[in-house]
Amino acid sequence: MPSSITDTALAAALERLAGACAALALPDPLLVGIETGGVWLARWLHGRLGVAAPLASLDAGFYRDDLRLGGLKGQVRPSNLPPSVDGRHILLVDDVLHTGRTVQAALRELFDFGRPACVRLAVLVDRGGRELPVCADAVGLRLDVPPDQRLRLSGPDPLHLELEAA
Amino acid sequence: MSELSGLAQRLGAIQYDAQGRLRHLLTLEGLHRETLEELFTLADSLVEVGARSVKNVPLLRGKTVVLLFFEASTRTRTTFEIAAKRLSADVVTLDVPASSASKGESLLDTIANLQAMQTDAFVVRHADSGAAHLIARHVAPQVAVINAGDGCHAHPTQALLDLYTIRQRRGSLAGLKVAIVGDVLHSRVARSQLAGLHLLGVSDVRLVGPATLVPRRLEQLGARVCHDPREGLDGVDVVMMLRLQRERMAGGFVPSDREYFELYGLTEKALAVAKPDALVMHPGPINRGVEIASAVADGERSLILPQVTNGIAIRMAVLAQTAGRGADADV
Amino acid sequence: MSETTRLTLRGGRLIDPASGTDAQLDVHIEGGRIIGLGAAPDSARGQVIDVSGHWVLPGLVDLSGQVGSPDALSRRELLAAAAGGITQIAVAPRVDEGLDSPAVIGRLRDGARALGLLRLAPIGALTADLAGEQLAELGLLRRAGCRLVGQGGQPIGARVLRRAFEYARGHDLTVVVDAEDAQLAAGGCMHEGAVSAQLGLTGIPVAAEVAALSLTLALATTCEARVHLHGLSSAAGVAMLRAAKGAGLPVTADTPIWNLHHTDLDIGAYDPAFHLRPPLREAGDRAALREALADGTLDAVCSDHRPFDGEAKRQPFARCAAGVAGFEALLPLILTLVQDGGLPLPRALSAVTSGPAAVLGDGGRLTLGALADVCVVDPHRAWTVAATTWHSAAQCTPVWGQTLRGRVLLTLLGGQVVHRLQEPADGR
Repeated sequence: MPSSITDTALAAALERLAGACAALALPDPLLVGIETGGVWLARWLHGRLGVAAPLASLDAGFYRDDLRLGGLKGQVRPSNLPPSVDGRHILLVDDVLHTGRTVQAALRELFDFGRPACVRLAVLVDRGGRELPVCADAVGLRLDVPPDQRLRLSGPDPLHLELEAA
Repeated sequence: MSELSGLAQRLGAIQYDAQGRLRHLLTLEGLHRETLEELFTLADSLVEVGARSVKNVPLLRGKTVVLLFFEASTRTRTTFEIAAKRLSADVVTLDVPASSASKGESLLDTIANLQAMQTDAFVVRHADSGAAHLIARHVAPQVAVINAGDGCHAHPTQALLDLYTIRQRRGSLAGLKVAIVGDVLHSRVARSQLAGLHLLGVSDVRLVGPATLVPRRLEQLGARVCHDPREGLDGVDVVMMLRLQRERMAGGFVPSDREYFELYGLTEKALAVAKPDALVMHPGPINRGVEIASAVADGERSLILPQVTNGIAIRMAVLAQTAGRGADADV
Repeated sequence: MSETTRLTLRGGRLIDPASGTDAQLDVHIEGGRIIGLGAAPDSARGQVIDVSGHWVLPGLVDLSGQVGSPDALSRRELLAAAAGGITQIAVAPRVDEGLDSPAVIGRLRDGARALGLLRLAPIGALTADLAGEQLAELGLLRRAGCRLVGQGGQPIGARVLRRAFEYARGHDLTVVVDAEDAQLAAGGCMHEGAVSAQLGLTGIPVAAEVAALSLTLALATTCEARVHLHGLSSAAGVAMLRAAKGAGLPVTADTPIWNLHHTDLDIGAYDPAFHLRPPLREAGDRAALREALADGTLDAVCSDHRPFDGEAKRQPFARCAAGVAGFEALLPLILTLVQDGGLPLPRALSAVTSGPAAVLGDGGRLTLGALADVCVVDPHRAWTVAATTWHSAAQCTPVWGQTLRGRVLLTLLGGQVVHRLQEPADGR
C-alpha cells in the first residue's frame, strides 16, 4: 500500500471525477462541499466544470450521529448555503467516502434548508466499508484501505492525497 | 492578589469534568482562556444557524433543559429558551416567584425533584450569590448547570456575549482600555465582565461611579476605581454601562435619578473624553435618561442590538459545550 | 451512694492553669470535690482509674454554646460537650426563650442538674424580651443565679444600654456584649473585604466591631460597669481591648476558636461551614487574635457551638444559619496552636479553663476543695472527625473529615463519669 497517491494518479482521478460529474448533466447544479476536504475538492470542481451558481459548503458537525456519545469534537465551521435549496439539483462533494455517516449527516443538514429536486454524491475516493445504504454517483478512484489507516486530502492548493494511521 | 487568584481557582475548578471539558458554566472566574476561545469559535458557527430559515441544529436533540428562574427576567430567560430550542432540546420553563420558594420547597429539594424527571441541564437564575455553585455541588454527574445570574456574584453568559461582541468588532481584546460604569457593587454582570476581561488580556479597567456604588475596596478585584467619569472614561476603547436599579435610591446609595444622570449619565458630552471610535455597551434593559442618553444608546457606536443577537449564539455555544458533552463523560 | 465513694485518678500529669500547677500528681475525689492532690489524704480505698501518660485538666469552660432551650435541653448536644471535655457552658439568652424570667432561669438550671452532664451558667436577659427597651429584673435574675446578663446579640440603643450598665453594676452583674453593632452589620454574612467583593456577598465591616466596642467601653468607663466582650474578631478590636485593659478597665473578652484558625478566604466556593458569626476576617486579624491570646489580652476562647441541622446549612450561603458545631473541636484546635503556632501551653489551657471561669465567677480549677470537674486528655492521640467519632447531631463543621490531635478520654462532673471514650486507640 503506497503511503500517498502520486500526483499523476491524483490528477487522473480528478479528471475521471470531473468527467463523471459532467455526465450527470445536472441542470444549474449547486455544488456543496463537505468541510474540509470536500470544500477544497468542490472548489476545484467548480472551476473545472465552470459551474455558474456560487459554491456552497456545509460542515455537518452539528448533525453527526455520534454526538450523544462523545459530544462536539473539534471545530465546527459555519455552513455556507443559500437561504433555500428548494427545487435545486445538488451535487454533494466529499473527499473520501467510507462508512457513509458523514454523507448521511450532510443530508440531514441539507434538508433543513428545503426540499432539493435531487441530491447526487461526488467523491474523489471510494474506499468501501459502507455501514449505511449510501453510494456515490461520481467517483474519481476506488481504493481498498485497511481499517487501521486513513486517507487524508490536504489542500487547498495544490491537492495531495495521503495515507496515514487512523 | 495571589490570594484572590487562589479563590478564583476554587470557584472555577468545579466547572470542569475529569477529562478537563466544560461541565458547568457558573462563573468566568478560574476558567482557562482556551475555554473562552472555544466558546467564541463555536458561537461563530452558531451565529449562522440564526440566519437560516430553519433555525435549528440537532445538537441537543432528546435532551431536556430546565430553565429555573427564581428571579423574574424576560430577556435572559427568553434568549436561553430560544438558544435551547435552536439546539433541538426539549425546554421546560419554571418561574418560581421568590415568595413561594421561601415558603415551600427548598432550593435543593426543587432541584432533586426535577432531576428525578431526567433533566440534562439546569439554567438557573437566583437572588442569592453562590446559588449556582450550591446547585452544581448537588446535581448528578451527567447534569450540567448554567448560571443565568446568582445574586451579585456572576452572570457569565452576559459577560461572554459582551466580550464576544467586542471581539466581533475589534478582533483581539488585548491592550484595550475599558470602563465599567454604574452600580458595580451590586452587579453580577460587572464582576463577570472583570473576570473575562482579565482572562483576555485587558489590564486597564476602570470602575466608574459614586463612592457608595463603587467603593474603593473594589480595586482589589484588579481595576482602578474612579469617582470622576472624566478620569474614568479618559481614552477608553469600550464603555460598558450598568443599569441603575430603583432600590438604590431607597437604600441611600444615590439621592435621585436626576443627580445620577447629571453626574454619571453617559451622554455625548461625557463620551467625548473617550476615544473617538469608542464602543458603547449595555446589558439591557436600558433606563433612558438615567444611566444613558437616548442619542448614545441609539447612536452608531452603540453595540446594544448586536449584544442581543449575539446573546443567542453565545448561549447556544454554552449549552452545546456543557449539556452536549456526551454520554461517555465521567463526573 | 456513689457520692461518698472515693475515686482516684492515678499517674497523670496534672495541669491546672489557675494555680500554675504542672506536675505528676494523683487526684483524689470524694463527695464531688477534690480532697487530695498527689499523696492520698488518708488510707481510704476506692475506685482507681489509671491515667498514666495522659493529662489531667480542669473540665473545660465554654463561654458560648447552644444546647437547646431552657425547657428542652438537648441531651445529645450536652453529651457532645462532655465528649469535648467541657463541664461548664455559659448559655446566652435568645428571643422567646424567656431568660428574662427568674423562673425560667431556675428551670434551666434544674433541667441541667437533672441531666447531670454539664453545669450551665445562664446569661440572663438584659432587657425584657431582649427588646432593648425595658430593663429585665436584673436583681431577681442575680438571685436566681445569674452572674452574667446580656442582649444575646439583639440590638439595644445607647441610652438604654447605659441604664442597663448602671443597674447591673448595682447588682454585681457582668454584662456580656456582642462585639458587633447591629445596624452596621445588618444584612452581612461575612467579613467585608476583598473576598466579599469577589463573592458578591454583603459584608460586615470591621467598623461594626469598632463601633460596638467604642460605645461599650465608653459606657463601661462612665458607669464603672464590669463588661465581657463576646466574639472579638479583628485586629482593630484587639487594639481597643488592649488599650482598655491598659487603662485599668474591668473588661474581659473572648473569641471563637474558629477565628484563631481561619480567614475569610476559607469560604472558598461558598462553603457553608465557614458562614460564622462573628465572621472570619483577614490574616492580619487572625494574627492579632493569636497575639492577644498569647499575651493574655484575650481571656477566653469559646467553641460558639451551634448545632444546625442539614437544611439550615444547605441553603445559598447568605441564607444559611450562621455558626457550626464545635464542642468537640475546641480542645484539639487550641492544642494545635501550641503544637504549630508557638502558643505557650499554660496560656492555651487557661484560655479554656481558668480564663473563662474567672468571667463566670467560679470553677475551672483543680485545687483542694474545688468541685471535681475534670477532663483527662491524651494530647497526642489522633482521631478523624466522622459520624463514628463525632457526638453532636450537627455535622456541618470546618473540621469534618479532618484528622485532629488531642482527644478527651474521660470527663468527670462533680466526681461522676459523664463521658468515657469507647473507641479503640487506632487513630480512627
